[in-house]
Amino acid sequence: MATDSPTAPPVRPEQGRYLAVEQSAEFGALRKTFRGFVFPVTVVFLVWYALYVIMSAYARGFMSHKLVGNINVALVFGLLQFVSTFLIAWAYTRFADRRLDPSADRLRHEIEGGAS
Amino acid sequence: MSGYDGFLYSIGFLVAWLVALLLVAELMRNSGRYTMGDVLAFRMRQAPVRTAASVSTIVVSIFYLLAQMVGAGSLVALLLGITPGQTFLGMSAETAKIVTIVLIGALMITYVVIGGMKGTTYVQIVKAFLLMVGAIVMALLVAVAYKFNLSTLLGDAAAKSGKGAAFLDPGLRYGKDIIGNPTATTISKLDLLSLGAALVLGTAGLPHILVRFYTVPNSRIARRSVVWAIGIIGLFYLLTLALGFGAAALVGSANILKQDPGANIAAPALAQKLGERYLGGATGGAVLLALISAVAFATILAVVAGLTLASSSSVAHDLYANVVRRGQTNERDEVTVARYAAFGIGAVAIVLGIFARGLNVAFLVAVAFAIAASANLPAILFSLFWKRFNTRGAVWGIYGGLISAVLVVLLSPVVWGGASKSLPAAKLTAAQAKECGVAATSTQVNNPTALFSCTTSAPIPFSNPGLISIPLGFAFAAIGALTARERDDEKYAELEVRSLTGAGAH
Repeated sequence: MATDSPTAPPVRPEQGRYLAVEQSAEFGALRKTFRGFVFPVTVVFLVWYALYVIMSAYARGFMSHKLVGNINVALVFGLLQFVSTFLIAWAYTRFADRRLDPSADRLRHEIEGGAS
Repeated sequence: MSGYDGFLYSIGFLVAWLVALLLVAELMRNSGRYTMGDVLAFRMRQAPVRTAASVSTIVVSIFYLLAQMVGAGSLVALLLGITPGQTFLGMSAETAKIVTIVLIGALMITYVVIGGMKGTTYVQIVKAFLLMVGAIVMALLVAVAYKFNLSTLLGDAAAKSGKGAAFLDPGLRYGKDIIGNPTATTISKLDLLSLGAALVLGTAGLPHILVRFYTVPNSRIARRSVVWAIGIIGLFYLLTLALGFGAAALVGSANILKQDPGANIAAPALAQKLGERYLGGATGGAVLLALISAVAFATILAVVAGLTLASSSSVAHDLYANVVRRGQTNERDEVTVARYAAFGIGAVAIVLGIFARGLNVAFLVAVAFAIAASANLPAILFSLFWKRFNTRGAVWGIYGGLISAVLVVLLSPVVWGGASKSLPAAKLTAAQAKECGVAATSTQVNNPTALFSCTTSAPIPFSNPGLISIPLGFAFAAIGALTARERDDEKYAELEVRSLTGAGAH
C-alpha cells in the first residue's frame, strides 16, 4: 500500500507529478506502444468473430458445406476462432513482457522513489 | 439441445477473454482495489458514480445467480430421477426444484458470509480442478466410444437428435430460416447477432470477473492469469464440444428433453450413460452420474459464491463506505455490511429463482452478459481510455445501458409469448396448451414458457437485448460525457499513469 486508496482523495503534494509524468516523453512512448498494439488487435479479433457470427446467420449454405465426413465449414471456422484466440493471447504476453514491462517498471520506480 | 448453436456460446465466451486481457485486466488491477466502482469513480464525483456502479453490479449478479440456481434445480430433479408427473418423498419435480433453489441459496449465503474472498477463491480452485478432470474423463470415454472418430460422433449425434443433418449446421435454435416468412427470418437472424455481441462484450463487464483482477499482486501476474484462464477455458470448451455431441449421440435429445424442457442437464445424463457402458451396468451409471453431478454442484456453488461476494462487496464498499459514510468508515464495518448484503442479495436471488425455474439457463446467462456489456463495459472503457469522460457520462452510460437491456427483456418474447407476424405460432404439447389455457391447436402462442402471458405478443421481438442495448449504452455514455463541462485532466493523468505503470497501486 504505497499510497492511499482512491476512496478518500486528499490533495497530495505530489499530485502534479502525475501530470508531469503523463507529459514525459517516456510515458508518451509507452502509451503509444500499448495502444498501438491493443487497439488494432482488438479491432481484428472482433471483426473476425463478427464474421463468424454473421456467416452463421446468413451464409448457411457455405457453413453447412461438408469438408471431410460429417465435419463442415462451420465447425472448422469455429475451431479456427479457438486457434486465433490462443495465438493472440500468446502474442500479447510476449509483446507486453518485452515492450511494455521494462518501461512501465522504470516509470513506476521513478514515481514511487520520488514520492516516499 | 440445439446442436451446433451451443458451440457459438463457447466461442463467444472464449473470444470475450481477449477483451478482458487486452483492454481491461491489467489497467483495472493497477487502478482499483475492491470493486468496479473504484476505477469508474477514480476521477469523478464519488456518490453518483459509485451508486450507479453498485446498482448495475447487483442487477448483473442477480441475473447470473438466477441462471446458476435454475441449473441446480434441474440437476436435482435429474438426480432424484423425477420426471414431470412423478413424485419423490411426496414432492413433485417442481417442488423438488424449488427446495433445491432454496437450499443452494442458503448454502451460498452461509459460504460467502463465513468464507469471504479467500474461501471463495479456494472453492473456485477446487471447482476448476474437478471440472477439468470430469470433462477430460468424460470426453475420453466419448472418444473411446467413437474410436476417436469425430466424424462418426457427429453423424451419430445428428441421427439421434431427431433433427438430422441440420443438427450440425448453424441455425437450429438461433437465426432460424422461417420459410415463407421473411420478417420472422430477419428477426431471428438479428437475434443471433445480438446474442453474439452480448457474449463477446459481456465478460469484461461481469463484476465477479472484474474483482478477480484485484486479487493478484501486480499487472504481470494479472496478465499471466488471464492467459492461463484463456488456455484452460479454451480446452474446457473444446471438451464440451465432444460432450455436447456425445450427449446427443449416446443419450439422445428426446430423452434429455423429457427430463428437463430447458435441456440443462445434458452433461449428467451423458455421465450416467457412459458409466453404464464402461463402469459396469446401472451401478456404474449411478456412480459416474453422482460424480459429475457433484462437480456440477461445486461449479454452481463457486460461481454463485463469486457473484454474491462481488455484489455484496460493492454494496459495502461503494454504497455504504463511499456514499452513505462518505469514506469515513473502517474495514471492519465494511465487512459487516458486506455480510448483511450477502444475506439480502441471496434472499432476492432465491425468490426470483423460484419464479424463473422454467427458463433455460443459457438464456439467463446471455441476459446477464448483455446487461454487463451494455451498462458496465462502455463506462469502463471510456473511463480508462477517454480523457473527456466524466461523471455524467458514467452515470448515463450505466443507467442507460442497464435500463435499456432490462426493458428489452421485459418486452421480449421471453415474457410475452403471443404469436405475431414476426413470431410464428409454435406447435403446442397438451401440457403446454393446458398451462397456457388455450386449445392444443391454437395458433396464438409463440413461446409457451413465457413468464407473464402465452397469448399476448411481445412488443419487441428479440429475446437477446444486446444489439439494441449495447450501442445505447455506449451512446448514453458518450452523450452524457459530451454534454457535461466537468473534466479533470490532472486526475486523468494520474489514472493513466497509474493504470499503465502500476505506480501507487495496492
